[in-house]
Amino acid sequence: MIYWEIFLAFFIPGILGYGGGPASIPLVENEVVSRYGWMDVQQFSEVLALGNSLPGPIATKMAGYIGYEVGGPLGAFVGVFATVAPSLLLILILLSVLYKYKDSPKVKRMTLYVRPVIGVLLGIMAWRFFGESYANIGFFQTAFLTVVSYLLMEKFKLHPAFVISGALIYGGFLL
Amino acid sequence: MKLHWNIFIAFFRVGILGYGGGPSSIPLVHKEVVDKYKWMGDEEFGDLLALGNTLPGPIATKLAGYIGYRVSGVLGMLNAVLATTLPTIFLMILLLSSLSSMKGYDWVHGMTAAVIPVVGVMLAVLTWQFIQKAGQGMGWFSTIIMLIAVFILLEILHLHPGILIGALLILALVKIGGKEDEAPPSERDGDSS
Repeated sequence: MIYWEIFLAFFIPGILGYGGGPASIPLVENEVVSRYGWMDVQQFSEVLALGNSLPGPIATKMAGYIGYEVGGPLGAFVGVFATVAPSLLLILILLSVLYKYKDSPKVKRMTLYVRPVIGVLLGIMAWRFFGESYANIGFFQTAFLTVVSYLLMEKFKLHPAFVISGALIYGGFLL
Repeated sequence: MKLHWNIFIAFFRVGILGYGGGPSSIPLVHKEVVDKYKWMGDEEFGDLLALGNTLPGPIATKLAGYIGYRVSGVLGMLNAVLATTLPTIFLMILLLSSLSSMKGYDWVHGMTAAVIPVVGVMLAVLTWQFIQKAGQGMGWFSTIIMLIAVFILLEILHLHPGILIGALLILALVKIGGKEDEAPPSERDGDSS
């Protein structure tokens, strides 16, 4: 039963991948390449390379494409469902319980304690993006894009959609 | 109908603009959900992000699914998850089945490369907003101490953020009495309606 295998292949990375989509990439590779042999390492790395250069969450792009390759449109659906549904269900349950008690001082204290951690996590993530950009396109391009996009988004309050579209055009022609 | 259209558009934009995987879409989701459509406040978004980071699985679809559900039930949830994932899956299938050689997308790499610093700026701005909130909530002295401690734990001792957040959540639940450093009540007003 191919659909059951597709389900399992993406269910396991979905519930073991702590740290968001990118953390589940090696887990997906383990299932798809080593366990089920649907692709070889070369094919997998090509899927990963294209997936990384397209927008959107990486885990569902991989699940959708590999599911489609293996089992057609229904396979794509099963792959994406197995990736998304378990963790989504968990967060829905946990947050609805939490918000039932949102006026309790304990729950307020949770929000308070966790905020600096989120701050640091986002800060580290920002730093990594700048680091990656520096490695990709060097200091001057990075600095130029950083300053221009900061001014456009924060000073001129332009919606990020326009700024990102602008950067896409700039990058497509000039980088 | 209008609401569902808004949910679709909000997460469609997030899906096709989030270059660099799920985490890069966090500031975009924040922009749409908190700033533009005001479906939730910074507080709830922060809680969602914290729990989302503690739980396994892709972050982008957890955010989309929960927010969609909060705004308009199961249908909203499906709508948001599909809007986040479908467009790029189509793109992926289309490109991989039409390109026999994988070498021909240098220009795509150029596009991605230019977007990464923009996402960096958005993340940096969001970071500053969270730190400011933390400072207002628990005072600047405790906040700075805590930021340093968290940074050391995560980056130098390589503790997994999920474990740290989980431990703090449990600490907040079991701590009774003692030094009550709670947020002033006014701070929550207007949020999470």
